[in-house]
Amino acid sequence: MKRRTPFFLSLLIAALIVVGVLLASFFSITVSSLPALKKFGLDFFLGKQWDPPAKVFGALPFLIGTLITSFLALLFSLPFSLSISILLGEYLKKGRLASLLKSLVDLIAAVPSVIYGFWGLQVLVPWMREFEMKIGVSPYGVGILTASFILSVMIIPNTASIAREVLELVPADLKEAAYSLGATRYEVIKRVSIPYAKSGILAGVLLSLGRALGETMAVTMVIGNSNVIPRDIFSPANTMASVIANEFTEATGNLYYSSLIAIGFFLFLITAVFSILGRHIIKRSSLK
Amino acid sequence: MKGLKWRLAKDRLFRGLVYLLSLLSISPLIIILLYIFKRGLKVINWSFLTHLPKPVGVEGGGVANAIVGTIILVFIAVLISTPLGIWAGLYLSEKRRGLFPEVVRVAVDILQAIPSIVVGIIAYLWVVKPMGRFSALSGGIALSIMMLPMVVRSTEEVLKLIPPYIKEASLALGVPYWRTVLKVIIPAGLPGILSGVLLGISRVAGETAPLLFTAFGNQFMNWNILKPVNALPLLIFNYAMSPYEEWKRLAWGASALLIIMVLTVNIISRLAGRRWKVQL
Repeated sequence: MKRRTPFFLSLLIAALIVVGVLLASFFSITVSSLPALKKFGLDFFLGKQWDPPAKVFGALPFLIGTLITSFLALLFSLPFSLSISILLGEYLKKGRLASLLKSLVDLIAAVPSVIYGFWGLQVLVPWMREFEMKIGVSPYGVGILTASFILSVMIIPNTASIAREVLELVPADLKEAAYSLGATRYEVIKRVSIPYAKSGILAGVLLSLGRALGETMAVTMVIGNSNVIPRDIFSPANTMASVIANEFTEATGNLYYSSLIAIGFFLFLITAVFSILGRHIIKRSSLK
Repeated sequence: MKGLKWRLAKDRLFRGLVYLLSLLSISPLIIILLYIFKRGLKVINWSFLTHLPKPVGVEGGGVANAIVGTIILVFIAVLISTPLGIWAGLYLSEKRRGLFPEVVRVAVDILQAIPSIVVGIIAYLWVVKPMGRFSALSGGIALSIMMLPMVVRSTEEVLKLIPPYIKEASLALGVPYWRTVLKVIIPAGLPGILSGVLLGISRVAGETAPLLFTAFGNQFMNWNILKPVNALPLLIFNYAMSPYEEWKRLAWGASALLIIMVLTVNIISRLAGRRWKVQL
């Protein structure tokens, strides 16, 4: 009965609009990136040269820049985010210290990314320059490594909160069984909790990787904005997001503009796939 | 017995490591906040809040235009995303099973995952390009696209927690369905919904990337939503990348101000939502 009322219809329309916003976004971006994709085809993603005056647009340097910064950031942040999730999911489930730590981790996510970038530019970059001088590489200060450090801090909360939730879902009787066999806490965590929560933790990692791939401001401010394929992790580079942020307003000519949107289109696709995958894994593991 | 000692030692070592790494992982946050407050708070005074930025080389000046711009942008975003988001969230909590609700949930997830810079491109294509100029309206629309999934999600999660018998009692009394929703379900979930909206505000207020080619920035005060406006995050970005010490000083002040604003709204939202054990 209630499903047919005009009121329920209005709810349905709101839901349709939400889906429509997504579809329309996808459509607009696809259409606007077509000129570049048609002109360069697959070479758009494999081309090593990004040269606006010559009208040659290959996005490989940005793909590589994005992959390296994101994976390094993930690598740096994993020990920390997993520790937090183990601490909050196993050792300190309640109490003042636990809720303080939880709020502080949430705070990491609440600080705007432009502020991470500004701090990185003013404080971390000079530190890195000194460090690079000491170890004898070219002291840019800005570059892939600097961007990865900032990113790794920013994505800690994403992995930590999902991993904590799945660790809390591990059935107590499984853990108690292990304790009753004389296992230490470390052994229970290593042999029971983590294997049980493995797929959920993986989903958390995927979601933070998606966040790292698309993060714009903090990276743009400290990565050095260089459009060639980086030589090593100390070199300046650009990511897909940072090149759009830097060049979109100055893009002259339809092809340049469309090439930047095509990079955005690709980012859109990757993050959508990651979010669907992450959602799927979480759903499957919580059904267990 | 040697084995047991070794196992216990490993247990203690692991515990120590977990505590150590957890504490270390919040240290960057503390360091960054200390820097921002140490360098930024001394910049903030009455004229910083009420004056416009001065031209290069002139001391002083403030960020009044960016404060006004941020308020306008957030206001537009709330105006668009809140009614739509609450209504869609209501739909999802009223119709929990089925193919279409599942499609909506996936769409909301994907919307939430779209990188902020891509949201900027979308608003550019939808508003800036047809209008032929940058505007506060396009920036507000970009922020509303970011906020929409957060509002839908939090509304759905909060309304799911309302016990079904409240609704059934109202329907059993012969109250029409729409009245039950408006007068029983929404009021019961209001604090939670509000907390979700506030959390959304605290997130979009600090966004820069979607504004780069929509709101664009403006050196002057502007109240017209069809013209470009400045915003605090935009101002921080532009001044941070500038070579002038005086502008960087303003950027530190603006950073402190932005953090205070964002964290205040964030904390209020958590207090309002504490009753609801919802992960937003």
